[in-house]
Amino acid sequence: MKRFLYELGESWKIAVAQMRANMTRSTLTALGVIIGIVAVTLMGTAIGGISIGFDKSMAVLGDDVLYVTQWPWKVVDDWWNYRDRKKIKTEYAEMLNRMIEKTPNSNLIVAVPTSSVFRSIKYGGNQVDNVFVLGTTSDFIVTSTIDCKEGRFFSDMESRGGASVVVIGYDVADALFPSESPINKSVLINGQLFKVVGVNTRQGTFLGLFSWDSMVAMPLGAFNKYFSAKPDSDVRVKVKDKTKLADAKDELTGLMRRVRGLAPEKSDDFSINEQQAFKSTLDPVKNSIAVAGLFITGLSLFVGAIGIMNITFVSVKERTKEIGTRKALGARRRTILLQFLIESTALCLLGGFIGLSFAYVMCLGIGKAFPSFPIQFSVGLVVASMIVSVMTGLISGFAPAWTASRLDPVTALRYE
Amino acid sequence: MDTRDSIRPRGPIVIDIENITKDYVMGEETVRALRGVSLNIHRNEYIAIMGPSGSGKSTLMNMLGCLDTPTSGRYEFNGKNVAEMNDDELAAIRNREIGFVFQTFNLLPRSTSLRNVELPLIYAGIDPETREQRAAEVLADVGLGDRIHHKPNELSGGQRQRVAVARALVNRPSIILADEPTGNLDSKTGEEIMALFEDLYQRGNTIILVTHERDIAAHARRTVHLRDGLIESDHAGFIPEIDMATVG
Repeated sequence: MKRFLYELGESWKIAVAQMRANMTRSTLTALGVIIGIVAVTLMGTAIGGISIGFDKSMAVLGDDVLYVTQWPWKVVDDWWNYRDRKKIKTEYAEMLNRMIEKTPNSNLIVAVPTSSVFRSIKYGGNQVDNVFVLGTTSDFIVTSTIDCKEGRFFSDMESRGGASVVVIGYDVADALFPSESPINKSVLINGQLFKVVGVNTRQGTFLGLFSWDSMVAMPLGAFNKYFSAKPDSDVRVKVKDKTKLADAKDELTGLMRRVRGLAPEKSDDFSINEQQAFKSTLDPVKNSIAVAGLFITGLSLFVGAIGIMNITFVSVKERTKEIGTRKALGARRRTILLQFLIESTALCLLGGFIGLSFAYVMCLGIGKAFPSFPIQFSVGLVVASMIVSVMTGLISGFAPAWTASRLDPVTALRYE
Repeated sequence: MDTRDSIRPRGPIVIDIENITKDYVMGEETVRALRGVSLNIHRNEYIAIMGPSGSGKSTLMNMLGCLDTPTSGRYEFNGKNVAEMNDDELAAIRNREIGFVFQTFNLLPRSTSLRNVELPLIYAGIDPETREQRAAEVLADVGLGDRIHHKPNELSGGQRQRVAVARALVNRPSIILADEPTGNLDSKTGEEIMALFEDLYQRGNTIILVTHERDIAAHARRTVHLRDGLIESDHAGFIPEIDMATVG
């Protein structure tokens, strides 16, 4: 064991001396690994970022909220069966709430109606197009992870009275009110003035997925008054205990069937969705991006590994006589194997370290330049890429190191 | 005949070779490099192995140095059967029992004298302090006490060979096996190295000198001649009439 440690120490010294002695060669070889590690690491951060972006967007939906909709949240092959379903009406929410109140030990808390359209919104000379305008009740905040950065969500009173007030998203506020507080200012939507009572905290957008940043919310009464043209309506229902989501779903299905007055033999003419369903349609997308990305960037690391293997072979060839001498002096096969493995691993580690530093700087740069892109440089990634570097070194160095360890000492000594 | 040693008692047998052969297969042909060589070498002998090229001299040296194993025959090193050892066991024998001195010195070019001499100790698993101390001692012994931090390219040929000798000695081996140790040196430096060997011999070391140079072989106390894979003559001292005549 002791001897192994001494040999290990010796091998490290030799490896460092070799790298110093062949500066240009080592640098060029390491460059292959550097590029590989930079590519893989950046891909890793991008994948991490995508994942976080997805999760953030998912969080908007809430993991304890059920969505009653006409269409299910998945790709359907028999779309014609869904097309003719009756629309979901906002009135269902009130009916559901009445039934929930009468049910003892209900798994559901409250039903909230939502209607939405896309409209332009104006203040002074500024205008934002295609804003997601949501009409709902004050209970909406119960079902949502939304927070107000300034002001507040509209109140129960405003909700019932259908007051002309709005809560606006961060990006909307930013665009309309670049230099002043939007609170108590009146914005123009569809030719109608609405008073801003609150601004949402920034949520961040990702890949065009839905974000609160680019929406406005107003009481359903006001919404129905001014946006009568066929809005999309859903009902979202907050669940008491998210571990009993399946029970809640069954209960809600029963309630909805009563609302719709469906005979027992008829199948549901509505869909009940949850965040998880959406996630499971998005996850394969996320995963295939990850696999494809890592495969392609992995190729560049592979090329780097071949460079290492090549240079280690050259090194073995060049130092055949030295290997012979070492064997004559008592180096065992294992010693020689270890020496060359450590040389290739040291090169890879060096490359990995430099590559990681580059990647880190690049990530900082990207983070500064595009603050909205969710980039994630984690300790796990550092550890992972260092492990990848070491593995690359070991794998690419093995064949040459093995060759070296098997050299016949007589032949090696005679080699010129 | 050299009479200085005739009164010395012979030490125990270090190398005991009996009827060893070595065949090399080269394509279709089998070259019989050694055809049955028997040889005993005692502790504190100073022996020269001579022979023209192709005589099997190098092959015998590789056998003696445990760099290679014979095709047949018996080889015992300090009573251990070497002929059937595997690579790692042979490496251990080379490390502990044999000190090599090569014609081309074979020093690691980028390492200091000290590091070069330490090398066999690393393979022997000696701790760093002892290693350094012993390497420095041996370097001082060969007259390089002030050159321990020099690299080979900062040393003269004679000094390099002294480093190599120090490296051969550092693990206190049973034999020192020198292959044409003066082959790359001018005659004056060569004589200095031979004087060093004489000194080592006087201090009790066992030295095997492989050479084709008569002047160098003349330093040994026993001369073995090889020809065509067989021992042609084996006698004490260096007898000009025999040894001058037979060397090709």
